[in-house]
Amino acid sequence: MGRKLRVGLRGDAMRLLRGGVVLCLPVLLGGCQLVLFDSKGTIGIDERNLILLSVGLMLLVVVPAIFMALFFAWHYRASNDKATYAPNWDYSGKIEAVIWGVPLLIITILGVVCWQSTHALDPARPIVAKAKPIHIEVVSLDWKWLFIYPAQNVASVNEVAFPVGVPVRFDITSDSVMNSFFIPQLGSQIYAMGGMDAKLYLIANAAGSYYGESANFSGSGFSGMSFKALALSDAAFNAWVANARRPSAELGTTAYAELAKPSENTPVRYYSAVDPHLFGSIIAKYMKSGMEPMAQGVANAR
Amino acid sequence: MLGKLSLSAIPFDQPIIMGAVAFMALSGAAIVGGVTYAGKWKWLWTEYLTSVDHKKIGIMYILVALIMLLRGFVDAVMMRTQLALSYGSNQGYLPPHHYDQVFSAHGVIMIFFVAMPFVIGLMNIVVPLQIGARDVAFPFMNSVSLWLTISGAALVNLSLFLGVFAMTGWTAYPPLSELTYSPDVGVDYYIWALQIAGVGSLLTGINFFVTIIKKRAPSMKMMHMPIFCWTALCTNILILGAFPILTATLAMLALDRYVGTHFFTNTAGGEPMLYVNLFWAWGHPEVYILILPAFGVFSEVTATFSGKRLFGYTSMVWATMAITVLSYMVWLHHFFTMGAGADVNTAFGIATMVIAVPTGVKIFNWLFTMYRGRVRFTTPMMWTIGFLVTFTIGGMSGVLMSVPGADFLLHNSLFLIAHFHNVIIGGVLFGSFAGLAYWFPKATGFTLDERIGKAAFWCWLVGFYVAFMPLYVLGFMGMTRRLNHYDNPDWRPWLVLAAVGTAIIALGIFFQLLQIVVSIRDREKNRDLTGDPWNGRSLEWATTSPPPFYNFAEIPVVTGRDAFATAKEQGGSTRGAAFHDIHMPRNTAAGLFVGGFSLVLGFALIWHIWWMAVAAGLGIFVTLLLRAADGNTDYYVPAAVVAQIEQGHS
Repeated sequence: MGRKLRVGLRGDAMRLLRGGVVLCLPVLLGGCQLVLFDSKGTIGIDERNLILLSVGLMLLVVVPAIFMALFFAWHYRASNDKATYAPNWDYSGKIEAVIWGVPLLIITILGVVCWQSTHALDPARPIVAKAKPIHIEVVSLDWKWLFIYPAQNVASVNEVAFPVGVPVRFDITSDSVMNSFFIPQLGSQIYAMGGMDAKLYLIANAAGSYYGESANFSGSGFSGMSFKALALSDAAFNAWVANARRPSAELGTTAYAELAKPSENTPVRYYSAVDPHLFGSIIAKYMKSGMEPMAQGVANAR
Repeated sequence: MLGKLSLSAIPFDQPIIMGAVAFMALSGAAIVGGVTYAGKWKWLWTEYLTSVDHKKIGIMYILVALIMLLRGFVDAVMMRTQLALSYGSNQGYLPPHHYDQVFSAHGVIMIFFVAMPFVIGLMNIVVPLQIGARDVAFPFMNSVSLWLTISGAALVNLSLFLGVFAMTGWTAYPPLSELTYSPDVGVDYYIWALQIAGVGSLLTGINFFVTIIKKRAPSMKMMHMPIFCWTALCTNILILGAFPILTATLAMLALDRYVGTHFFTNTAGGEPMLYVNLFWAWGHPEVYILILPAFGVFSEVTATFSGKRLFGYTSMVWATMAITVLSYMVWLHHFFTMGAGADVNTAFGIATMVIAVPTGVKIFNWLFTMYRGRVRFTTPMMWTIGFLVTFTIGGMSGVLMSVPGADFLLHNSLFLIAHFHNVIIGGVLFGSFAGLAYWFPKATGFTLDERIGKAAFWCWLVGFYVAFMPLYVLGFMGMTRRLNHYDNPDWRPWLVLAAVGTAIIALGIFFQLLQIVVSIRDREKNRDLTGDPWNGRSLEWATTSPPPFYNFAEIPVVTGRDAFATAKEQGGSTRGAAFHDIHMPRNTAAGLFVGGFSLVLGFALIWHIWWMAVAAGLGIFVTLLLRAADGNTDYYVPAAVVAQIEQGHS
């Protein structure tokens, strides 16, 4: 598992720390649907654990600080004559060493965690698994999501499906303003930007229908930019593809121009065939710097 | 003749907006009528509007902040009630066209026209007094700064009833903020309001940097300065480095929109992410510009009300300096999700975490200042203890998001909203309120009502937790920011709870207004006759409350830290007995005119009224020219007059 989050400090103390936080959470937040703590994919689970570990580490200094704030204020209240009063005491080398040293130590540990986890969880890093990844191209539009399946030659709007246990490689761009592609229960989000091809690998460990959204404000139809992410068994996925092929609607230049017009709360729809160059042409549209792309210029010269 | 402006720019069909406009017009009329009835125009003109006295300018800055706080808070109430309602088939009462303006205006107002003027107002009132100076280095420029800020604030409010405000969020990311996607005047209001106020802030930065370096009492060494002066110094260093970036960035966005350049457009080689980088290269230092003065307030308040020297002064100074330097190096953590790659993300993630170390040190220094002290629970101290607890939680959620792997889940979610309100309300706002209560008697000569002040504190504290802890939860539930409507039933109760929290905060604001009214009514009873109502430690308490316009009849002699506390212990007085002529700046209306012409200039640029823009630009130029040619900008207060004033006080 090359992709698995390897945190160097895996001692019992760390596990205990994380376990402690995990145990406390349901008590604090009993009954509510914390989807980020109910991850259904390896990336999401690793990121959830990273959150819990980081919080646990920080609590080591945060809890004493809060306790001291309340206790010192109360104990040294003006009416408490019994408490020591040292109006000119303003320095202690030992205390200084501790208040610089302890935060520095915790931040050093967190820095190591940060280094390792950031590399392990780089969105563009392929997930190592037995199954060959499935490739899905994602285009954010005003205000809906288009999903193109180059291998299956189908496309869908506001609904994306993929087989469970198979790494998914998303290539994400935008044919409008910036959005952020995010399926909270599976893990990382990444910006969808015009002229860019952002890569994101995710995997679902359990079948289900997960909520997806744009996590970056993109204008008046933004609130309706949610979509369903379906993690399906192989058979169900094949059935989904077959169903997508049924309407006999081809996503060529004309159909795409129609789709790209601004619309809000767009219902799910499917395309039975897709122009194979569509995704590339959407990216290329924003890469022209007033001049023809070089390759094309050369081709024209011939 | 009037560019893009026509009657259709007034939203007659929007009852909420027209109601707000009517309310503002009535309030304005009431103020004008009140001043006229009381025959106070001349007083207002000579004592405030044309004043270059740093204390008066500080008071006006804080008034602007308080008025704009009400406006920004109304926006907040609208957002929270909209989200408490707009679930499922209910679309709420604010369609996206209006709602998107509300959240954009809320952010812009709270950062630029509440937090900034509040901390700059406190610096104005306090810094010259603390360093034993008679005014800032450039008193006229100070007045220009104030009026530019007011002019920016006026433009934002003008957008209410003429046209629209930006519908892009307060960060105005392109390409959404480009002409293609935002063709109306909203983004232009945003650009020119921020440009004008931003120039004002930059001038403040120059002014206070020079003031602190050059205008200290000759005997005061840097390491003798109260911590508030150190934090003010660092804030102004940050302003000097950061605000030019904002000005240049907004200028490029303006060029894109006005003359068709392609700095940040989606097409023709433009690079929207360049804007995002530049915006946060200003934006991250900006949050420290706001929080450092608040840290300074807490340092003064904690030492005074613990009756004790500040613990770890040298540590505090170094920690402040460390934060100043580091804050320039972390901007990318605002967009890890851009996909810069693991190495870049790690570098910025770790740089961000490192800031937690000096910040943590500061927290512990305040804690050990209370340790072995005699803590008096006055209103400023209550805000400070509230801050210590609240800010620590906010700091923790911030460090959590500095880990890119965690940020990939939490970015742009309501968790983020909870985090930065946690540090900005719990830090900047609590700090400003603590400073207001602490220095109010110094600025006005009477103390604020303590009982109502504490009621306000408790409402704010409880209201804050009820309003923002649910947002942390909603972040974990996958709810993203700036949504206008949602279908998830699990989110609903938390959003309703957050709205209840907002109502509790509203009660707190009500108490604050009541506190000011009651305190003014009872001012004779609460007069501060000593100049030192809190048993203070630094030089501002050595002079009378309010101080004479020249602050100190004789420049104090400083031999160490806590100059006034030391003087009191030794039984000496920092007030002199022999009087000399005092050199002071004259009042001028030039600052007011520069601000007024800037308002017209901004308005003309927004509506493409080119002749008016040229005229207003000329107006600014001629005003400054006349001012520069004026040889009569200062005068001497004769020693006899000083003696008369001083004897009148004692």
